[in-house]
Amino acid sequence: MTETFQDRHGLHGIMARFADPEQLLEAANRAYGAGYRKMDAYTPMPIEGLAEAIGFTRHWVSLVVLMGGLAGCVGGFGLLWWIAVIAYPHNVGGRPFDSWPMFVPITFECTVLLAALSSVVGMLAMNKLPMPYHPVFNVQSFAERASVDRFFLCIESDDPKFDRAQTRAFLEQLDPEEVSEVEK
Amino acid sequence: MKIEELEQKAIDPGPDKIIAPGFNYATVTDKIANTVLMPVEKTPRQWWVTLLIAFMAMQGLVAGSFWLFYKGVGVWGIVIPIAWGYAIVNFVWWIGIGHAGTLISAILLLLKQDWRTSINRFSEAMTLFAVAQAGMFPILHMGRPWLGYWLIPYPSSMWLWPQPRSPLVWDVFAVTTYLTVSLIFWFIGLVPDLATMRDRAKHKWQALTFGMLSMGWRGSAKHWSRYQMAYLLLGGLATPLVVSVHTVVSFDFAISLLPGWHTTIFPPYFVAGAIYSGFAMVVTLAIPARKWFHLEDLITMRHLDCMGKLMLGTGLIVAYGYMMEAFMSWYSGNPHEMFMYMNRATGPYRFFFWMLIVCNILIPQSLWSRKVRQNVPRLFFVSLVVNVGMWLERFIIVITSLHRDFLPSSWGMYYPTQWDWAVLTGTIGFFLLLMTLFVRVLPSISIFEVREVLHHLAPHIADDDLAPQTGMGD
Repeated sequence: MTETFQDRHGLHGIMARFADPEQLLEAANRAYGAGYRKMDAYTPMPIEGLAEAIGFTRHWVSLVVLMGGLAGCVGGFGLLWWIAVIAYPHNVGGRPFDSWPMFVPITFECTVLLAALSSVVGMLAMNKLPMPYHPVFNVQSFAERASVDRFFLCIESDDPKFDRAQTRAFLEQLDPEEVSEVEK
Repeated sequence: MKIEELEQKAIDPGPDKIIAPGFNYATVTDKIANTVLMPVEKTPRQWWVTLLIAFMAMQGLVAGSFWLFYKGVGVWGIVIPIAWGYAIVNFVWWIGIGHAGTLISAILLLLKQDWRTSINRFSEAMTLFAVAQAGMFPILHMGRPWLGYWLIPYPSSMWLWPQPRSPLVWDVFAVTTYLTVSLIFWFIGLVPDLATMRDRAKHKWQALTFGMLSMGWRGSAKHWSRYQMAYLLLGGLATPLVVSVHTVVSFDFAISLLPGWHTTIFPPYFVAGAIYSGFAMVVTLAIPARKWFHLEDLITMRHLDCMGKLMLGTGLIVAYGYMMEAFMSWYSGNPHEMFMYMNRATGPYRFFFWMLIVCNILIPQSLWSRKVRQNVPRLFFVSLVVNVGMWLERFIIVITSLHRDFLPSSWGMYYPTQWDWAVLTGTIGFFLLLMTLFVRVLPSISIFEVREVLHHLAPHIADDDLAPQTGMGD
């Protein structure tokens, strides 16, 4: 039964469960050392160095935020300048239309607003969230405890080195609490 | 520890520890999640009572705004020359209260103060709800509130645009930005905990609701990596923002030419006052909440002590501000400035001025003593006094400066009407209602950050018998 189901739908990967974040960190390091590249680790809180251990060293969140901030800054100032100089010029006691110091507060607020929005939207988009379905939740102990007190390492089936039996044997020697196959 | 035990007892570990000993990842999760997932019949009775009182008080806002929209702003006590009245007093008071949340979340995050962890979520929610109250007042005060959207620059058929040199327009941008950034900061902080709630949910509908809100968060290391960067940057952005918001609010006053308003000390002194009142409100709300939901082992005496110290510190900055106001009005040699200050201290509103000095400067000096900071009823009392004091401060600034300006022929008196009081009471009720609902329907302490604290305390805790034996000092 299980075989036919998996043959039809395929495997997402093989997942090992650990009781301790340090154990997971070591397992991740060893998996990377053994040549696995397509994997992910799952923890109930951020663990320092874990992303680097699975070979994830570069993300673009800060760049996106910088872009958002710059857009807010230029857009905000541009809007005010256009209002005050072109669209609706007001002569207040002969003062210049282009009174840029008075535009600083709103320009600042626009900068912060767009930078903040782009940090959240950018982070979610790059994480591909919201995601209503993901195969890892098919593992029962993952669905129950991955967000509470257990630490998971999943080597994914599209890794070139992935082999159902060998990968399972590799994970088992890392002293996990449990190794399970993740159905797609 | 069993969950039944967790519900029953909670022992405050004292002023040295930010978390009671004996917690592990699972028990701390259940402990916090329990305030949300406990069955309805187990809800503390005090919670229901607070909810009821808050709901009744909120009717003041409902009735007050209906009457206001029907009759016009004349139902309030505002007159010329005191056109601002309670609406602006309350606006500044509420927005000030909102400042502590962002301060705790953002500035203490950047300063790596680990005692922020148990109270940041709570105070972020407080910020959000306080800013929501604040945001209503300018609209209510507008006279023709249905034209409120004119504040926003948009291409209208009248070819009119807001005046970008006016601090009142800056205010619109500052407050809406602050509300938006506070909301996303709070929500993003909640996402991993919403995933926990989804996985711990006891009913299908809970799992579905939390599942949708958590957007499929699964705790991937790659996700955490981006998440932490985004969160840190949000903290970095919110820090100057929180300072800018009350600065802009103070510009509403400082950029005018009125004696008592036209002063350069307003921005820093407003920001300090905002943080002062915000911390007072956090203390006012956290003390009952931690008792009712038995959270004394997570919101410990150390948290209360730290907040007491911060209240004392910001209170002293505020006191310095008052002193400088007095000094500058004398040193300026300007008769209008001198008259303004004498009028505050000896004029028709002198009672409120001296009450303000007592509430904001004299009584909080008791926080120098550990016997006050580490005594729950006394600290609670001081926090209430500061809340009142900060409201009086805004009253004094708004009313006394307006009621007697340069021309004695235009002097007047301001007396609030019952509708002023109804709306003020109503917003307090609405705020309390939102807070009361929040602590029951969402995890009011950041679970994943408490797990991080536990991890730093003792890296190897997996099973109950290996639980850490000690908390952490500073």
